Amino acid sequence: MANIKDTLLEPIVVNNPIALQILGICSALAVTSSMKVSFVMCLALTVVCAFSNFFVSLIRHHIPGSIRIIVQMIIIASLVIVVDQVLKAVAYDVSKQLSVFVGLIITNCIVMGRAEAFAMKNPPIPSFLDGIGNGLGYSVILMIVAFFRELFGAGTLWGVVVLPVETNGGWYVANGMMLMPPSAFVLIGLLIWGLRSWKKTQVEKADFKITKNSQPSEVI
Amino acid sequence: MLRKLFDKYEPHFHDGGKWDKFYALYEAVDTALFKPADTTKNSSHVRDSIDLKRVMITVWIATFPVIFFGMWNVGFQANTIMAEMGMVSQEGLRGMFIGLLAGYDAGSIWDNIIHGAAYFLPIYITTFVVGIFWEVLFASIRGHEVNEGAFVTTILFALCCPPDLPLWMVAFGISFGIVIGKEVFGGTGKNFLNPALTGRVFLYFAYPAYMSGDAVWTAVDGYTGATMLSVAATEGVVAMSQGATWLQSFFGTIQGSIGETSTLAILMGGALLLATKIASWRIITGVLVGSALLSSLFNTIDSTNPMFAMPFYWHWVIGGFAFGAIFMATDPVSAAMTNNGKFWYGILIGVMVILIRVVNPAFPEGMMLAILFANLFAPLIDHFVVNANIKRRLARGQ
Repeated sequence: MANIKDTLLEPIVVNNPIALQILGICSALAVTSSMKVSFVMCLALTVVCAFSNFFVSLIRHHIPGSIRIIVQMIIIASLVIVVDQVLKAVAYDVSKQLSVFVGLIITNCIVMGRAEAFAMKNPPIPSFLDGIGNGLGYSVILMIVAFFRELFGAGTLWGVVVLPVETNGGWYVANGMMLMPPSAFVLIGLLIWGLRSWKKTQVEKADFKITKNSQPSEVI
Repeated sequence: MLRKLFDKYEPHFHDGGKWDKFYALYEAVDTALFKPADTTKNSSHVRDSIDLKRVMITVWIATFPVIFFGMWNVGFQANTIMAEMGMVSQEGLRGMFIGLLAGYDAGSIWDNIIHGAAYFLPIYITTFVVGIFWEVLFASIRGHEVNEGAFVTTILFALCCPPDLPLWMVAFGISFGIVIGKEVFGGTGKNFLNPALTGRVFLYFAYPAYMSGDAVWTAVDGYTGATMLSVAATEGVVAMSQGATWLQSFFGTIQGSIGETSTLAILMGGALLLATKIASWRIITGVLVGSALLSSLFNTIDSTNPMFAMPFYWHWVIGGFAFGAIFMATDPVSAAMTNNGKFWYGILIGVMVILIRVVNPAFPEGMMLAILFANLFAPLIDHFVVNANIKRRLARGQ
């Protein structure tokens, strides 16, 4: 059972798809300007990732090695179409804001990566959980980034006004940078910095080392 | 005597000492007051005994003409406008400060400088305190030396702010510039972007209403006056030259960020930098050549966009062109390192700044973006220059 727990929870902090593997950055930059939209995106990605893992794993013994990527793509693409149609039916406004990014889940490195790296080698149930775990890891980072971007960029959280902005007669001067995708780069960078200060094992090996301060007499 | 005091306390700052975390701070004060103990004694391969500390201090001194002229101009613009609008005095603390030392006469040099100082000094002090705080914090934790790079970064950052910028934004901008632009990459020498410009570009995109547009350039509330560049972009060169002549723009009695208006004052600082060989003449030449070539090319094109008709000598004196070319583009860390590379780096800046000014309708000014863009390309340029050299020498050997 411990194994299942690890499969589910490890991607959240220890082996986070965004923060450690640096995958799926594209959508993390694009959709995180509001929490609601990013939440829907996270939900869509988690569902696609879990079920694509599940189905790929089910037929993993029957997929010829040479065309496995194509088979995985077909499964993922079908799932994305389903998710896209559901979103259009249930939450039309949000799906309009997400525009192409739901469709682009097909090419999301996390989904492809998990199908290839995990689902091709493991039974369906652990693969399904792995998909959910990675979806959660993605969601955690996205929601944190979206939290800061929406709060400081628009002064709202989940559409509710928290910091009344200046243009609407409030006191808070909205930070326009936060509404632009590049700010997510900086935020994700800071998150990774924080995470690696906490979990030292994630720190990459340095290319060189800065030497300590030395006395002139020691050097010469 | 002071030396004795320093020597007495020195052991405390070494490893295991009481204050070893503060070694960086000690080292900074020590070497600023005395000659560093570890200077070169015998003849060495290094041709020049100048170190980073002296380089940075020279740049700092070179900005003095710009600082004083900038303060005068901020005061001059504000006093002139106030007289036009019939205002008697500024409000709040600034008003008190000005009232104590001077009046509001636009004809008096003293009045103008004091008025400008009331705007520039708070910005500079904020920048300096916040900038040095980050520098010392990272130096203490990372164990590198406190670097005079921060001196230069802070003064350059303060000089390229609009006079009206709120102080918390100043603090925010310089924090971003120093931490994200420099320290996360390992401090002075390892940053690939100019930290002062990184801070400014952050503010530019985060708070565009405070960093651009028409309302921010004069230190008087409620007055809007377009910069030369935005007049030129909307109404054409003729309308712009009616607002101020070329000479006025050259001397700098126009609106703009604190330190960028006077090409003359910038050239005075630039002369010092060139004489001491701190700023690379190759980069500056490259910028001038690149911008002159492209704007002359644009001049020949008949277009409804009035910027196409602007001649290069106008481009050189308005906006941040001169300040960027002399002080920002020549930053030795983020520029190209090879001699040939410096030409190409300069030309890239010159071409990009004209492209952004003329063709991009969203940004009237492009110097900051052009320099940051070229910063990104500097390593690539160096790579090609070095490879070309290797190829040439290989061919010679055969």
